[in-house]
Amino acid sequence: MPTDGVNKKRRRFLVATTSVVGAVGAGFAAVPFISTWKPSAKAKAVGAPVQVPIDGLEPGQIMKVQWRGQTIGVLRRTEGTLDMLDEVSDDLRDPASLESDQPEYASNEARALRDEFLVVNMHCTHLGCIPQLIPEVGSQPFEENWKGGFYCPCHKSKFDLAGRVYKGVPAPTNLKVPPYSYLDDDTLIIGVSPEGAV
Amino acid sequence: MANPENTQAASDNKLMAWIDKRLPVTALWNNVMTGYYAPKNFNFWYYLGSLALLVLAIQILSGIFLTMHYKPDAELAFASVEYIMRDVEWGWLVRYMHSTGASFFFVVIYLHMFRALLYGSHREPRELVWILGMLIYVALMAEAFMGYVLPWGQMSYWGAQVIINLFGAIPGIGEPLTEWIRGDYFISDATLNRFFALHVIALPLAILGLVMVHLVALRENGSNNPDGIEIKANKDENGIPKDGIPFHPYYTVKDIFGVGMFLMIFAFVIFFWPEAGGLFLEHDNFVPADPLVTPEHIKPVWYFTPYYAILKAVPDKLMGVILMGISVLILFFVPWLDRSPAKSIRYKGAWYKIMLGLFVIAFLRLGMLGMAEGTPAQTIEMRVWTFVYFAFFILMYFISPRAKTKPLPERVTH
Amino acid sequence: MKLKSFVVLLSLAAIITATAPTFAAGGGELEHANVNVRDTAAAQRGAQLFVNYCMACHGASYMRYGRLAADLDLSEDTVMKNLVFGDAKIGDTMKTAMQPDDAVKWLGKVPPDLSVIARSRGVDWLYTYMTTFYQDASGGWNNKVLPNASMPHVMWQLQGIQKPVYVTDEAGIETVDELVLHRAGLETPEEYEETVRDLVTFLAYLSEPAQLQRKSIGIWVLLFLAFFTMIAYLLKVEYWRDVH
Repeated sequence: MPTDGVNKKRRRFLVATTSVVGAVGAGFAAVPFISTWKPSAKAKAVGAPVQVPIDGLEPGQIMKVQWRGQTIGVLRRTEGTLDMLDEVSDDLRDPASLESDQPEYASNEARALRDEFLVVNMHCTHLGCIPQLIPEVGSQPFEENWKGGFYCPCHKSKFDLAGRVYKGVPAPTNLKVPPYSYLDDDTLIIGVSPEGAV
Repeated sequence: MANPENTQAASDNKLMAWIDKRLPVTALWNNVMTGYYAPKNFNFWYYLGSLALLVLAIQILSGIFLTMHYKPDAELAFASVEYIMRDVEWGWLVRYMHSTGASFFFVVIYLHMFRALLYGSHREPRELVWILGMLIYVALMAEAFMGYVLPWGQMSYWGAQVIINLFGAIPGIGEPLTEWIRGDYFISDATLNRFFALHVIALPLAILGLVMVHLVALRENGSNNPDGIEIKANKDENGIPKDGIPFHPYYTVKDIFGVGMFLMIFAFVIFFWPEAGGLFLEHDNFVPADPLVTPEHIKPVWYFTPYYAILKAVPDKLMGVILMGISVLILFFVPWLDRSPAKSIRYKGAWYKIMLGLFVIAFLRLGMLGMAEGTPAQTIEMRVWTFVYFAFFILMYFISPRAKTKPLPERVTH
Repeated sequence: MKLKSFVVLLSLAAIITATAPTFAAGGGELEHANVNVRDTAAAQRGAQLFVNYCMACHGASYMRYGRLAADLDLSEDTVMKNLVFGDAKIGDTMKTAMQPDDAVKWLGKVPPDLSVIARSRGVDWLYTYMTTFYQDASGGWNNKVLPNASMPHVMWQLQGIQKPVYVTDEAGIETVDELVLHRAGLETPEEYEETVRDLVTFLAYLSEPAQLQRKSIGIWVLLFLAFFTMIAYLLKVEYWRDVH
């Protein structure tokens, strides 16, 4: 077949243009398919923010709520417990919560918007079990000098009453704090950060 | 000589050389693309093969994503389709691709088959290409029917009812057979579940396998062409057909253009006309399946209606089913029914033009009558066109060897 | 040759369209609804009507309030205040307050869900249905497009009461010829038609919320494909210079 006088430059240009435009088209076409994997409107509705009334919560009590399939604990801490937070910090792996996952507004020592109420994702950062709250100070089967906190039965991870992890346990970081805010003095909403906060 | 750049580039590339030593990629490419010579006189009708492959790919891709959200459960199926249409991000687009793709598959396949009738592509030595193509067509009909049941709307339900009951016409085993197909005493969750399995895995596998063999058989003798003469009869000193051009790049670039044209029409329907006025998505199928209430007017989807009309044209249940079966089966025998010395309509003479024209009108008209409500006048018309449908094949057998043909050209024409 | 093929295709298409009138619409003559789904104000008014008049018995259980707010340019607060009754949340679907068991007890059957009613019945049917309720000789409600409909005329206070004028054909069969307003409602006939049009606009939107995005995206997709096809055509022409 005669191929003399072929404008090779034009051919190369057209091949390149067709390929690029075709690839861009394929890219656009991929977006809807990939997007179908995102949480659907139904999943979002089920995972909507949860309102928690906290006026009935006594000091020292914890209540658990479900948010996006996670167990969230709301602990009302006593004055004494709050004083203890400073005391244990030498034994903690990440006392200032630098490597842990929490919103900016909950990275203070008490890891809370209001010191009195700890809102924490109850799943252990090791492998996802739910640690127990053991607030009593004193000797425990797993720890002689227990200062009160969370103890994970699965692999013996220990956390203080701000969900901060102790040294020498398998859990790598502090318990996570979900985004939350106060609708009013007596109502928490989990899943929504305070206005203007990150 | 055909494409020196390409083979050159491949052997120059060290990676390609490494791969080729272990997997003959370059050899395969040369064999099926650059070294495969196709007739140079392909026209519009020769886009349809590659387009059928494209639609198959679209159906598989969109289908895979639909199965991720669909629930094959009589209680949940209808709601899960609306879930896809509303709650899944972009789910509506994936669903419309699939529903529009189903109809377009049949548009493309019908035109592809018509092309064979035009130019005698089914004739010796390509009979197996045609038979494999017919098997794909039959598998596709089963695939489409079962897919149509999945949304579990009224038309899904009652369409399945009617079509499964056709098997009930078989003497002796009819009743137990329909019960076995349904897995229940009526169309139920069990039926839906097995249709889902067949639709998403069994039939697609069968279709993919058949398509592969269809292409292998096609490549063995090479494509026919609008003149219906063998380009291999005229070779140059290198043994290359004088009227052949390498499939790549000439037909790849041409097919890319065809894909662009096709996608424009396809996208237009998806985005602006997805129901196609009730042809692609039927109105009654937006009512959830209800075993207690039959819709006023049951009809299959448009691509089945020509056969449905043949069924309705016969006043006897068993005979109707038999005639409908024959209307599909007879297509398998076309390569032997056409005995004309010329393959292409261009040289067969006027008789074939008239007969094929009448056949196409009969097929379309039967398709429309199959959808209609069925007045007595329409029943008579259905019988007339059913007669024309079968007359095409029978007359072809007798006229084709006798009719005077025009002289065949030595080389393909432009 | 190419041209000839296209001529064949075109003439086939012509045959199809020319011989198409075998479809007959059931249920007699329908009025044209003339709705425009993009008329957000009408759809908003329709949503209010739907919530007030339809949702006591019918649900739209595939539609979420939040989606409605986003698509109809309403704030979530407005929707919660004006359209949501009971303790439903913004992410919930528009379920009817009526329990299915109660519905069977009170009405004899469960009223159909209306999420996709505009796709099964069509907007013209819905419009005609909602404007042709009348009081028959028994004093009960009847309907011209759906004779002996089990649904009462819930918007009768707006429309007033229509009574039928019957005609008898040669075979002696009596049919409703036209409806005349017997007792005026709160709205004039023209106002009532607009009200029904608003409601049907909402139902049309409700049947496929994605249709609003679908068409606007479609234009861009087509433009892109046209551009791609044009380049592909130039590429094809360039290579086919070799073929003589």
